[in-house]
Amino acid sequence: MNELVFFINNVIVAGSVTGSIYAIGAIGVTLIFSIMRFAHFAHADMMTFGTFMVLLLTLAFPGAGGAVGLPTPIVMLPLAMVLTALLAVGIDKAFYKPLRAHGVKPIVMVIASLGVTLMLQGVIRLFAGTGSQNLYLAGERKEIYRLDVPFEMAARPIIVTEPQVILFLLTIVCVVGLHLFLNRTRLGKAMRAMSDNPDLARASGINTNHIVAVTWVIAGGLAAIAGTLLSLDVTFKPDLSFFLLLPIFAAAIVGGVGHPYGAIAGGFVVGFAETLAVFNWTVLLRPVQHLFPAWLEIPRNLAFVGTEYKIVVPFFILVAILVWRPTGLFKGKVI
Amino acid sequence: MPSIIDVRHVYKAFGGLKVINDCSIQVEQGSITGLIGPNGAGKSTLFNIIAGALPLDSGQVLLDGEDITNRPANELFHKGLLRTFQIAHEFSQLTALENLMMVPPRQAGESLFDAWFKPGVVREQEDAVRRKALEVIDFIGLHHVRNELAGNLSGGQKKLLELGRTMMADARVVLLDEIAAGVNRTLLGDLVSNIERLNRELGYTFLVIEHDMEMIARLCDPVIVLAQGSVMVEGTIEEIRNNPQVIEAYFGSTAA
Repeated sequence: MNELVFFINNVIVAGSVTGSIYAIGAIGVTLIFSIMRFAHFAHADMMTFGTFMVLLLTLAFPGAGGAVGLPTPIVMLPLAMVLTALLAVGIDKAFYKPLRAHGVKPIVMVIASLGVTLMLQGVIRLFAGTGSQNLYLAGERKEIYRLDVPFEMAARPIIVTEPQVILFLLTIVCVVGLHLFLNRTRLGKAMRAMSDNPDLARASGINTNHIVAVTWVIAGGLAAIAGTLLSLDVTFKPDLSFFLLLPIFAAAIVGGVGHPYGAIAGGFVVGFAETLAVFNWTVLLRPVQHLFPAWLEIPRNLAFVGTEYKIVVPFFILVAILVWRPTGLFKGKVI
Repeated sequence: MPSIIDVRHVYKAFGGLKVINDCSIQVEQGSITGLIGPNGAGKSTLFNIIAGALPLDSGQVLLDGEDITNRPANELFHKGLLRTFQIAHEFSQLTALENLMMVPPRQAGESLFDAWFKPGVVREQEDAVRRKALEVIDFIGLHHVRNELAGNLSGGQKKLLELGRTMMADARVVLLDEIAAGVNRTLLGDLVSNIERLNRELGYTFLVIEHDMEMIARLCDPVIVLAQGSVMVEGTIEEIRNNPQVIEAYFGSTAA
């Protein structure tokens, strides 16, 4: 039973954490693609920016979370989401909108977003330094929940931390909220209309500039959530989110780029693929060793790939899924 | 009759090519005005300028006396000036009925707040929109395909859907861009009679670009002939047909 608990801790919990963060990030990437038709590379640094805002707010109001029984960074998250949304709208106004007005090709927008990435990274490093910082300041402590498994043979508990629980809850809220938004609200439908046919959307009285702004607000807000919860799970580093950029793009493409539900599915597929690939299967096989013939000895490490090659996994999955379904898991391009 | 669309001395060039050259036209309230001319005369460009899809270089466009020069298409929509597309546009992932339901402006449900906290209001308005969409789809004779994905409709049915879209919004002026192109004869009859009914019963004004002279003859009075970016003649279809200038523009000088 201990082995099963080990599996749950290392694959189910870890995979859900990675998957949730990829999913929330990929929703933003895919929404921006479906509305503006370009791959927004600065997305990861919008995540970092959001986290940095949380860090600053937490430093400014230490212990504010104590009053409501939540970690202070979580209490500061809504404000950081607003700030990140403002940043996203501002970046669009300053850099992308003039390019769009000239009708440039998507590749120009992509390169511009790379420029924005470098700029944001520089600015954040300038103020935050290059080291890592804990979002839990002195006086606050990461709650760790140990769930005892109700079996006699299980000595180890399932371990979930407070930020992980909050992450799972927020992911559910985001997914349900997004679904309601896209299907029930006029604005969400207008967004779907614009992703389908921008000319017709305009001729149907939809203010497409407004839709673009709304898209940035949503993408910025979600980026702040993803970045902050990632940093709560580990620590804040100026380049932490940047290293998630490629897996997040892989997730968006695996799901069918431009398709928000696809992004969610893609996020979890990539997240679980990563954790399953580095999981040491020997642990699960050891209890059943007596069933194997004596000459077959189970190697000490039976992981598919070493942890150092983790980054390869999303791309292996990406290629494999695109060969099987060229449009991604969901039919891509249109919301 | 007052003119509802008044285009005054409009110029438009693409690079060095002057496409619209001091063009002035008036569309009378309640008329079905035809806009014809040989290829390259600037019909579509002028059309796109009026519809807010292209910026003009100089000149002025008035809608019922109000200056609408260079206003975006979505603003014109809310003022009652609508267009259809030469190549029918549709939201391909929505059904025919849902396509129509996309159109009506200004209802609750527009904000997240309403959708979550006033579901009753939103549902009531959705119901009203659905009822209207059903009426419209009956009117244009697409009731039998209302639940088909719009992307799967035939070219002619998509054109009818475009006309339906203008009805959802209670248009005052509708710009029809080659609505007969690629439509079979039976559906074309439906289209023409629908346009006539909208004009007669609901008082829509139409400005029609068309290559199908039969349709122009049946629908339009007056007809404006555009050549080399400005108005050549304007008159009834009979006057146009017998005008030697027009014959020359269409067939070249040797044919006259």
